[in-house]
Amino acid sequence: MSQTLFIDEPSRAAARKRFETLPMPTRLNEEFRFSNLKALDLTAFSSPTAPFAGDRDRIIKGSVGLAQSAGRMIFANDGLLARELYGDTLATKGVIWKPLDVAAREHPGLLAEHFMVQGAPLGSEKFAALHAARVKTGTLLYVPRGVEIALPVETFHWLSGEANSVFPHTLLIAEEGSKVTLIDYFMGATSGTSGLALGFNDLYIGPGARVDYVCVQNWNLKTLALQVNNTVVSAGGEVKSLNVNLGGRYARTESMSRLSGEGGRSDMLAVTVGAGEQEFDLRTFQDHAAPGAASDLLYKNALDDASRAIFAGMIKVEPDAHRTDAYQKVRNLLLSEDAEADSMPGLEILADEVRCSHGATSGQIDADELFYLLARGIPKHIALELMVQGFLQEAIDRLGNEVLGAKLGELVRAKLGA
Amino acid sequence: MKSLVIKDLHVNIGDREIVKGLSLEIERGKVHAIMGPNGSGKSTLSKVIAGHPDYTVTGGEILLDGENILGLEPDVRSRKGIFLGFQHPMEIPGVTVANFLRAAVSARLPEGEELEATEYYYKLYEKMDILEMDRSFTSRPINVGFSGGEKKRCEVLQMAMLEPSYAILDEMDSGLDIDALRIASGGVNKLRGPDLGILLITHYQRLLDYITPDVIHVMVNGKIVMSGPKELALELEAKGYDWVKDEAETAPVA
Repeated sequence: MSQTLFIDEPSRAAARKRFETLPMPTRLNEEFRFSNLKALDLTAFSSPTAPFAGDRDRIIKGSVGLAQSAGRMIFANDGLLARELYGDTLATKGVIWKPLDVAAREHPGLLAEHFMVQGAPLGSEKFAALHAARVKTGTLLYVPRGVEIALPVETFHWLSGEANSVFPHTLLIAEEGSKVTLIDYFMGATSGTSGLALGFNDLYIGPGARVDYVCVQNWNLKTLALQVNNTVVSAGGEVKSLNVNLGGRYARTESMSRLSGEGGRSDMLAVTVGAGEQEFDLRTFQDHAAPGAASDLLYKNALDDASRAIFAGMIKVEPDAHRTDAYQKVRNLLLSEDAEADSMPGLEILADEVRCSHGATSGQIDADELFYLLARGIPKHIALELMVQGFLQEAIDRLGNEVLGAKLGELVRAKLGA
Repeated sequence: MKSLVIKDLHVNIGDREIVKGLSLEIERGKVHAIMGPNGSGKSTLSKVIAGHPDYTVTGGEILLDGENILGLEPDVRSRKGIFLGFQHPMEIPGVTVANFLRAAVSARLPEGEELEATEYYYKLYEKMDILEMDRSFTSRPINVGFSGGEKKRCEVLQMAMLEPSYAILDEMDSGLDIDALRIASGGVNKLRGPDLGILLITHYQRLLDYITPDVIHVMVNGKIVMSGPKELALELEAKGYDWVKDEAETAPVA
């Protein structure tokens, strides 16, 4: 996909044209194998996004993140409701933390260099074009060389109203040796309303930079959610990204990690809690373009009722990417006879001295483990909840952040107990 | 006197009878030990008392202070005062020792009452100190990556926190070195008292050097064939289980 300048009208028109020209995915598209193509119907969402007209205070109060953070931006229906800084880390040292539309005016160079230049390498070019045509705002977080932001930075995106749509966008640029944690929360403000959330995030991990990124997807249960996550890791950079998939009726995430510099590392984590008839369509790409880099993917899906998860993951080790370590592990926990998991791991290795492994398993609650909890007097429904929570927590704990891990655990528990 | 009474118990796995008419009374305040060769049905007995779903009770009763518990779910039995110390404690990934025990302790509170966190941790740390367990244990997933000794100490910790009326400890000495056995059995000895009846299940006499039983039973082929004072263990150790089998054939006790 060619470069798109943010907010620039001719670019928007070009993107819209591209959206209209590109075909909808069909059964023949490998990237949409097993996908429920009917769920991707966008015709109900062609009107412009209706601005938020509800109770602003309720949204701000409902934007509950961590007890301590460096700052918080809250958007509803792609309009900024609040931007709050706690302490001065985000205001000093050359850090840029702004709504994307403001950043586009004030820092056009940064946007020109980074905005959507990775495209959508996992099948969603058409949807990415729609995003480019209709994106209004989002977050730019630029962390200059050597700057460490100790507390996490949080962004909330809310979707409100019937048949409305949002296009959340996150652009994180972590320069050499910098360090930051960014959390996106996607929230439904109204239950029972249909909606489209078409999000995009690009993370640039500079040389030796350390980034943790979490996306909590908690749209309401009637939302069609499409999300493209692109991460590029420079030499010696390290990123851990975690997707917590809770909401949506059909939620597709396409997550690409490109190891573009020697010795970089990307941990790709996801936990998914499926219930009712939710469908999660998880596509990943570990792209090793440089030698001596590592990627480690762990996706855990707990699926109840008639929910469904598709996982398709590709590891590609390009010709010069010698001494690559690339791992991919998918674990499905099926909590009902009607739940379904389809996993398609893939490998393409074009270099030498490569260590790669991939594996997917599906299983049910272990009867002996359950008996152990029951034998301690824990009632069955609580025992099951604990076990499922524990199954997912293992992936969350890979972040190595106890406070954040506990918060995410609570969100998972809330969904499990619902 | 309050006691756990097992009356003429018959247990099957599938079509095969494992326990064949076993009777036993464990009084509160007493420690009973069941010894027996492999395959005698000892472990089956312990799981049946706790309510494991894989076993079918085809006859007999288990009375907890007079109440038949055979129809009850395992969690209900536990809350009524039965504790099973597992020979092979299960590893539960992602569930920390603290959260696991918290759920178990909370399940014992009257409805609508919440666990008082400070008190809970105070009590937990106190018990851990007795068992020489580092406090970092509380944030580790239960039994995951624990050594044999750590697993058994963790079982005793759970017993200490849940304060059962009757504890059935299945092969708690298996896989333990002397130090680990000393600490784990020391923990059990501290819990001995007039309100607790204990049933030790063991293959070897060694455990009984650390926890002195009041009564020893010998179980062979699904039945108790001999009962006697603690000295019986030494005789067994010297003569082996074949001796009991022969005795049992000539003069059945059960």
